[in-house]
Amino acid sequence: MSSPALQLATEDLSVFGVDPWWLVVIKAVFCFAFLVVTVLIAIVWERKVVAWMQLRIGPNRHGPWGMLQSLADGVKLALKEDLVVTASDKVVFILAPVISAIPAFLAVAVIPFGPADHEISIFGTRTTMQLTDLPVALLYILAAASVGIYGIVLAGWASGSTYPLLGGVRSAAQMVSYEIAMGLSFAAVFIYSGSMSTSAIVDAQKHTWFVCLLPVSFVIYVISMVGETNRAPFDLPEAEGELVGGFNTEYSSLKFAMFMLAEYINMVTVSAVASILFLGGWRAPWPISTFWEGANHGWWPLLWMIVKIQLLLFFFIWLRGTLPRLRYDQFMKLGWKVLIPVSLVWLVMVATFRALRNKGYSFGTDVLYVGGAVVVLLLLSIVWDMTRKREEPAAASPSEAFDPMAGGFPVPPLPGQQLPPVPRRRSRTTSQSVAALKGADEDAN
Amino acid sequence: MTAALAASLSSQGHSFLSPTGVEIVFVLVGLAVLGAAVLTVSTSQLVHAALWLVVALGGLAIEYLLLTAEFIAWVQVLIYLGSVVVLVLFGLMLTRAPIGRSPDADSGNRWVALGLAVVAAGTLVTLVVDAFRCTWMDLPASGSTSVNGSTQANGEVLFRYWVLPFEALSVLLLAALVGAIVLSRRHREEG
Repeated sequence: MSSPALQLATEDLSVFGVDPWWLVVIKAVFCFAFLVVTVLIAIVWERKVVAWMQLRIGPNRHGPWGMLQSLADGVKLALKEDLVVTASDKVVFILAPVISAIPAFLAVAVIPFGPADHEISIFGTRTTMQLTDLPVALLYILAAASVGIYGIVLAGWASGSTYPLLGGVRSAAQMVSYEIAMGLSFAAVFIYSGSMSTSAIVDAQKHTWFVCLLPVSFVIYVISMVGETNRAPFDLPEAEGELVGGFNTEYSSLKFAMFMLAEYINMVTVSAVASILFLGGWRAPWPISTFWEGANHGWWPLLWMIVKIQLLLFFFIWLRGTLPRLRYDQFMKLGWKVLIPVSLVWLVMVATFRALRNKGYSFGTDVLYVGGAVVVLLLLSIVWDMTRKREEPAAASPSEAFDPMAGGFPVPPLPGQQLPPVPRRRSRTTSQSVAALKGADEDAN
Repeated sequence: MTAALAASLSSQGHSFLSPTGVEIVFVLVGLAVLGAAVLTVSTSQLVHAALWLVVALGGLAIEYLLLTAEFIAWVQVLIYLGSVVVLVLFGLMLTRAPIGRSPDADSGNRWVALGLAVVAAGTLVTLVVDAFRCTWMDLPASGSTSVNGSTQANGEVLFRYWVLPFEALSVLLLAALVGAIVLSRRHREEG
């Protein structure tokens, strides 16, 4: 490790908060437009990518290559009938989508799209590529996300219906439990960056991205960010197979559109946070930065930031296209029994190494030791988990005969119960040769 | 915070009769918090009570922001709004969360509770008013690093002067955690 990584980052936020008012307005409008346009593109992109993964074509009717599909969907949603359920709590029912959408827009205010030293010029005014920054910017992002939970919980409750209520309860439990793991992965980054402001965290990754220094934190953050945004395979609050539509079952028209908007904006926000915390933020990726000096200056950082956000969005879509939804107990088990203990142990390790290095001990290969120990721990836990799971069916196998009609109507078998064998004709392919099979077919014809 | 307060109470010449904009907003938000708090305990709709509690706690966060204590403000939002009240709502929804009025929400003890609340509030207000009578705290301009409510100032005060209460609180939380485990275990054995 070189010496700059040893010192805590100096937090100098005096460049923020000095923009003229019209520049603040321009930046705020840019942030808003960036989010909305990214969402419009992401929806088409998601449908296209999932279609390719399933060997379909995907939307191709609206505009070239189906690119205007989101606009058409938006117009369609706006023209639909706006239902308010009679049994609902009217005020909260209407308030819930608003509470869901507004906090989603807030977090982008502290996302840096470029360096914090007045590199760009807008209408002759030198400025930063960031709306503002706070000494506690990441706490602000976490706080905005936690207010967004209310939208979903209240939507589920105010609908006055069972399935939405279950979806709301699930999302409350899910977001609260995955926020803990997320906060712990943030804490490891704070220990290395010495600051909670987004621009200082990106500055601290000048030489090494935190994804290399803190790989375990990165993995935990990526898992918990998927859980936090209610995306597949963790989309239990809106599990179609179990809860109709989940918390948004009773919503239609623009209210439903606001939930969709909030979900996709949250995806963009957590992707941006992931790239700031672990992937070097607006910094150019390694091979480019070695031969091109100007890659991290001027307007170019905006490009790297957008590319990183888009790659992470693709990762979300990829997960959705490949992974089946987890069962609720598996999901909670993962959150409380794997993510939180692993991130606690990892945080203690990171803090220990950091403290030792602040005292002057030098660890040339400390990353390897820590990483190796954690990998060994993880492997041991996986092995232990696998051996334990193999015992369960063995213990449950000598069960009594399962009678599907015992309760008066047919039910599927529970885990451990065996269906009685279904009487079937013996398979021809195992008992007869292919030639005999053909002969039998010809006889039948 | 006493050290930070003591360090900056030197300024003179303030008057209650010529309030600044921040002071006016502070008082207005305080009134809104008070109103929300009264509604929290007086409404007979259970979930609405929790939502008024959200308004009251969020208003407190705004008060912290007006005092330039950003760290405390966002931690207030994160913990009280993001976790505590969400868990209250979670508990309500797991048991029962009726839409509309709950007739049994009116307790028979409400007059006693009102009396106790007035006495407690009177004591606290008297204490705070008497302690800080004419003390004025200068809030530094935004952007400067040595803010009274900055993370560094809070950390130094918390882990130097207030370590014992901090640790005692963590023991309290641990006790609550152990108590919850004990309660849930007993239920499982009965059922």
